[in-house]
Amino acid sequence: MRATRAFEEAVLPTLTALLVALVAGDLLILSYGQAPGEVWAMMLRGTWGNAYGIGQLLYKATTLTFTGLAVAVGLRAGLFNIGAESQLAAGGFCAALVGLALPAAVGPWIAVPLCIVAAAIGGGLVGLVPGVLRARFGAHEVIATIMLNFVVLAFLNWAMASGGLAVPETLHTTAAPHAAVPRLASVFAAFHGSAANFVIVLAILVAALTGWFLFRTRYGFELRAVGLQPAAAENGGIRVARTWLMAMIVSGALAGMGGTNFVLGYKSYYEDGFAGGAGFLGIAVALVGRNHPLGVVLAALFFATLSQGGLAIHALVPKQMVEVLEGVVILAVAMSVPEVRRLLRARPRDPSPPAPVTSGAANTSAAPALADG
Amino acid sequence: MSTGATPRHAATPATIAQGPAVRMTGIVKRFGAVTANIDASLVVTPGEIHAVVGENGAGKSTLLRVLSGMFAPDAGTVELFGRDVTGWSTAQAIAAGVGMVHQHFMLVPTLSVAENVVLGIEPVRGLRFDRDAAERRLATLARECGLACEPGRLVRDLSVGEAQRVEILKTLYRGAKLLILDEPTAVLSPPEVDELWRVLRTLRAGGATIVLVTHKLDELMDVTDHITVMRAGRTVGALVTARTTPAAIATAMVGRAVQLDASGLPVGAAASHDTTGTPSRVSTQAFTGPAVGTPTPAYADTPRLALHDLVVAGPRRARAVDGVTLAVAPGEVLGIAGVEGNGQTELVEAIAGLREVLGGRVLVDGTDVTRFSVGKRLRHGITHIPEDRHARGLVLDYSIADNLILGRQRHYARSGRIDRTRVRRFAEERIAAFDIRPADPDLPARALSGGNQQKVVVAREMPADFRVLVASQPTRGVDVGAIEFIHDQLRAARRAGKAILLVSAELNEILALSDRIAVMYGGRVVHEVARAHATAESLGPYMTGAAA
Repeated sequence: MRATRAFEEAVLPTLTALLVALVAGDLLILSYGQAPGEVWAMMLRGTWGNAYGIGQLLYKATTLTFTGLAVAVGLRAGLFNIGAESQLAAGGFCAALVGLALPAAVGPWIAVPLCIVAAAIGGGLVGLVPGVLRARFGAHEVIATIMLNFVVLAFLNWAMASGGLAVPETLHTTAAPHAAVPRLASVFAAFHGSAANFVIVLAILVAALTGWFLFRTRYGFELRAVGLQPAAAENGGIRVARTWLMAMIVSGALAGMGGTNFVLGYKSYYEDGFAGGAGFLGIAVALVGRNHPLGVVLAALFFATLSQGGLAIHALVPKQMVEVLEGVVILAVAMSVPEVRRLLRARPRDPSPPAPVTSGAANTSAAPALADG
Repeated sequence: MSTGATPRHAATPATIAQGPAVRMTGIVKRFGAVTANIDASLVVTPGEIHAVVGENGAGKSTLLRVLSGMFAPDAGTVELFGRDVTGWSTAQAIAAGVGMVHQHFMLVPTLSVAENVVLGIEPVRGLRFDRDAAERRLATLARECGLACEPGRLVRDLSVGEAQRVEILKTLYRGAKLLILDEPTAVLSPPEVDELWRVLRTLRAGGATIVLVTHKLDELMDVTDHITVMRAGRTVGALVTARTTPAAIATAMVGRAVQLDASGLPVGAAASHDTTGTPSRVSTQAFTGPAVGTPTPAYADTPRLALHDLVVAGPRRARAVDGVTLAVAPGEVLGIAGVEGNGQTELVEAIAGLREVLGGRVLVDGTDVTRFSVGKRLRHGITHIPEDRHARGLVLDYSIADNLILGRQRHYARSGRIDRTRVRRFAEERIAAFDIRPADPDLPARALSGGNQQKVVVAREMPADFRVLVASQPTRGVDVGAIEFIHDQLRAARRAGKAILLVSAELNEILALSDRIAVMYGGRVVHEVARAHATAESLGPYMTGAAA
């Protein structure tokens, strides 16, 4: 019975959303005068149908797993981190800086772990700012993280252009090959030419670790309690503000580590704008994955398939079609997922209990709310 | 009463024979699992001021929102001047001359008084908003009703009382003949309250019918004609103001007679069911006479819990708790009686560490815990049964087991990792000890009945080693069996030498469990008495502030 309940609550809304997206996709394809079956088949052939396609989608899914986990951890604590985009960029940037700073002689076994740590710290610092603003001053993290995206991305752009980090005439730094993570193709020759690399192992490990942290440790227990019912958590002696701060740092660090996929695994350098929306797509990944690490991994694979599949079907329909589909999935999931509905509701800035429906004067504030009731 | 053209005793049977302005019968309104109204009724005579009183959560606001068309009732009928209007919309209600003044004002602060009043039905000249006409019409209306107002002022510059008057004018401008005011005095200072009464009397003199919600009784006696008393969603009394007293209203509100006669809450029964051999402290007659055989708690040199001149800010008042000094000895239950909203919530939250203390001290066994965090207080043996189990008591989406260790998760973790085997063993033991049903530690708390949810909270907050328990409304919304069980647990803890501060809106519960009783009114303790010398009747006047 409990399994049925879990299915109904966690899996069913997602499946419904995907079905809605499929129908929407059919209509779009028909509007271009193409046969839906043929286009879908072409999409599958171009993604899961050949080793290169699989490699490319695994590469994309790796970054999305990190950003999806970042958003999921935030949501578990009741925080909507919209800043994964800049946290991802900052993580990649820091990884590249540390890679460049290390002498080539240290070798990848030392350089790569240091770069990963640097990426986590870089992303974590960007997450720290809205965390402090929320914990100390009650500033809404949605506003803070959105605004910080602009600040951080502009800063990185400035550092590259005016800080003399970029190779002249380009938007990227010089390469640090000693901090490179090998491609999957170096072991599985079939992946030749794809960007898939061994950062994917890190992604899987981090996803497992996140699951363990959330559901097995007392810190995860406290974090989820704060996210579900801050007033009850507070009554249990859990420091709500501190938990929010910790969650934002962890969230930022997770997104930041995603930067290693491009910087260490693909290009060996930082390039301005490499994040390319993967941070924002992380929100969709977390929502579709229902804030569960396993769900996040599956959702990352799904969105990576869509993204790579868009390229494959470009001959028949414009690849922008998949962007429309992404939007449809996000909307459909957003409407069906209780977490989202909870977040979209008005939220008090301090963890005091909400107004009981029938009570009269209990929740009147000192100054009357003149604008609404 | 000289102001009224309508005399105070307007509601004689003769007038009723002309037909009431409002007749609501058998109203039932549910919100999910919560039943806000059950068999509630209301009869309002034309041209009277009618108060609906009752404690928080008694269903007053819901009943009036049904009347104003905001909610459709699940059962029952609403009649306006003999016409069946059950389930109408707010738009229909407004068209029929029923206007509601909400507790939270719905005004645009940056617009002027006149602009706010005409908002939605603005006078226009061509396509242009005719501000002059708006101000002119408002000035005329205000003069006719005897309400002072300055149409050109911005609402944001108004005091709370003035803003409320604008809300009243807004409903009058829309042609309201029946005014509904939800807790109109809650946000007002005493002089503003007096002014409001003057305004309402003037309106009544002009033929308007007024229904207002309140839970402050003392002010109503010389304003209203009739009083409807609600309790736990039901209408339990319809009183003629001229022929009643605040004490009688208070008694009806806290429901002594109702409780014993109708629902038969086990306050008396609990004592006889007390199998542990304590002398029966409460009999069904105990409410009128001193209890017999009450064991006197051992007064140690230092009380378990001591409050010294405690001052706490509330959401509405700067000094919601205004200098409270109390002591609870080991093995003593101190009951805090009082109408809700008189500082009890703030007092409890301050002791639990959930609300900042502005002044004074909290001592537990002589240790000053005033600056302790919630967690440190827990470790120091201070536990808290919160009044709202859905918001503060439980994480509803957590399992029973996880809720039972909430706050003590540290003890069940080894180097960060929660030991699920130990949690489960503990949960099973507590579930058995507190008879929580269904006895499945993995079931989410949301799936339990109210009584079993409360048992989870009580089981968690009464571990073997606590010293002080602050129990706030420990049996609210709980079935009879669970009430009895929870009362037994509190008595057992008392025998074990714990100090218990019991806050309850149920005067019966206070009388049944306490060794001493303190009455809070307006943030202060206005009366403190040994249980043996207290009755519902003797406490009533203090609860309404009449005897303070």
